[in-house]
Amino acid sequence: MSAILDGLRDFFQPVIDLQSEFVSAFGETLFLAGSGLVVGGFLGLVIGTALYVTRAGGIAPNAFASFVLNVLVNFFRPIPFILLAVALQPFSRAIGVDGIGTGHAVVAIIFGSAFGIGRIVEQNLVSVDPGVLEAARAMGASRWQVIRTVLLPEALGPLILGFTFAMVAIVDMTAVVGTIGAGGLGQLALTEGYRQYESVVTWTAVVIVILIVQAGQFAGNALARKVLRR
Amino acid sequence: MAIIELENVSVTFPPRNRRGEPVNAVQDVSLSVKAGEIVGIVGYSGAGKSTLLRVVNALERATEGRVVVDGVDITRLRERDLNEVRRTIGMIFQQFNLFTSRTVYGNVAYPLEVAGRSKTEQRERVSELLRFVGLFDKALAYPEQLSGGQKQRVGIARALAAGPSILLADEATSALDPETTVEVLDLLKRVNTELGVTVLVITHEMEVVKTIADRIVVMEEGGIVESGSAFEIFSAPRHAATRRFVRTIVDDVPQEHELEQLRRRHPGRLVTLSFKEDAATQSQVFAEIVRAGIELELVYGGLEDVRGRSFGHLTLELRGDTAAVDAVVARVGELVPLTDLGTGEGGVAR
Repeated sequence: MSAILDGLRDFFQPVIDLQSEFVSAFGETLFLAGSGLVVGGFLGLVIGTALYVTRAGGIAPNAFASFVLNVLVNFFRPIPFILLAVALQPFSRAIGVDGIGTGHAVVAIIFGSAFGIGRIVEQNLVSVDPGVLEAARAMGASRWQVIRTVLLPEALGPLILGFTFAMVAIVDMTAVVGTIGAGGLGQLALTEGYRQYESVVTWTAVVIVILIVQAGQFAGNALARKVLRR
Repeated sequence: MAIIELENVSVTFPPRNRRGEPVNAVQDVSLSVKAGEIVGIVGYSGAGKSTLLRVVNALERATEGRVVVDGVDITRLRERDLNEVRRTIGMIFQQFNLFTSRTVYGNVAYPLEVAGRSKTEQRERVSELLRFVGLFDKALAYPEQLSGGQKQRVGIARALAAGPSILLADEATSALDPETTVEVLDLLKRVNTELGVTVLVITHEMEVVKTIADRIVVMEEGGIVESGSAFEIFSAPRHAATRRFVRTIVDDVPQEHELEQLRRRHPGRLVTLSFKEDAATQSQVFAEIVRAGIELELVYGGLEDVRGRSFGHLTLELRGDTAAVDAVVARVGELVPLTDLGTGEGGVAR
């Protein structure tokens, strides 16, 4: 019995040695993902709503604004995130953040998630029954009131599922920014696992990331089910 | 006094693409609706009735003409001022358009929230309205838990929340079964008589306007082709489109294929007599025929009641001496409008 335990301890020794590093990397990953989801999510909500509102036949159609927004989103969204993170270095420095490390990673993640979430939000808003929006307008609601009190609440269920979907991509981003010194489980797996040939460290990081994603997905599904009442 | 005044209103939509033609949804329509009236606008889909209805609360802007609602010319009002006007006009829809994210209570309270009324005021008004439409016990239900008829009743309560003087009904019963339709129409009538709300109904179902409309307007290709009291429209439709509509629920002169069927069983002279109150009575007409020694049989048609006034079209088969039948047809033709369908062997053409 104790032989098995000893064997296990030997096997996980590198992880046990890195215990405190794992704890802080876990915190860093949550912080990076959290800032992407909250700040990037908010910006994405604004971008997506603006895309929806300004499109032809929308609540406030504006061909010029719609065109500019679409070009902007289509410009940034296809850039592979690793390149976006690298390419945004001058931008980070221009707004007074170091071009390397956690600060810059947060900037890159917010940037990447905002445009991605923007499209998801737009798609979910399109699914709202236009008749319901018309009803609100007929009741004398202003455009802003229609957006705030009808459009977004009516799309809330799908939006939650959309954000949950985006969350997985954001956790992915938090690992990628490990390459530019952002900290987090990605960097830990890279520096202490990959480069040291310590597969057990790499895989422990991977399993923790999977658990984070699972927990997020579970919470998102539960919340969406509550809002959608089904 | 007219509460809604449309003067030469046209609505033109821009072409869908560069090479397309602009769409004239409504063309040069003038319509005046008196306060307290129920007016039914009838037309096939694409006739422009939906657009016309939306001109009244400026969901669609008139490209030409003037729209005056309750003394206010809304044609050139800014969006912000329009929102004030829209609060005095309720609207209900074919698909109900209830907010799925809100309970019945939340739906009915919405117009009051938008208007910035206090919570206490909202609660009182919503309770009052839910009692009026008979759904007080459903206040906390969500729309998907309601039947179609209940949904529309919530729609009506919501439309009335801000105390409008006008209610616009956009095919409000078209998604409902006949029984529920009657229930909703009864409610609309109560809205009109008990609350004094002017109701503008658009529909393609003649049964709807027959049940509730004081006045009927028939639209085709963006324009009004005929209008008159419900009784006038049903008892004496003039325009071809109106006649087609009336025929959907009233048997008048038998149509070609129906006539063929009738002829098979009734070889004698067929005539359709149109009765209308105030005109000659049936007893006068039948007495005339019997006195001439002509046999008669009622073969087609029926009597209708529109808002308490009756009319109808009866097709009779007359059998007897040809000359005597001719004579009686002529005499009856002086008493009531008569359509001579002739006899089986060629006879008199229609």
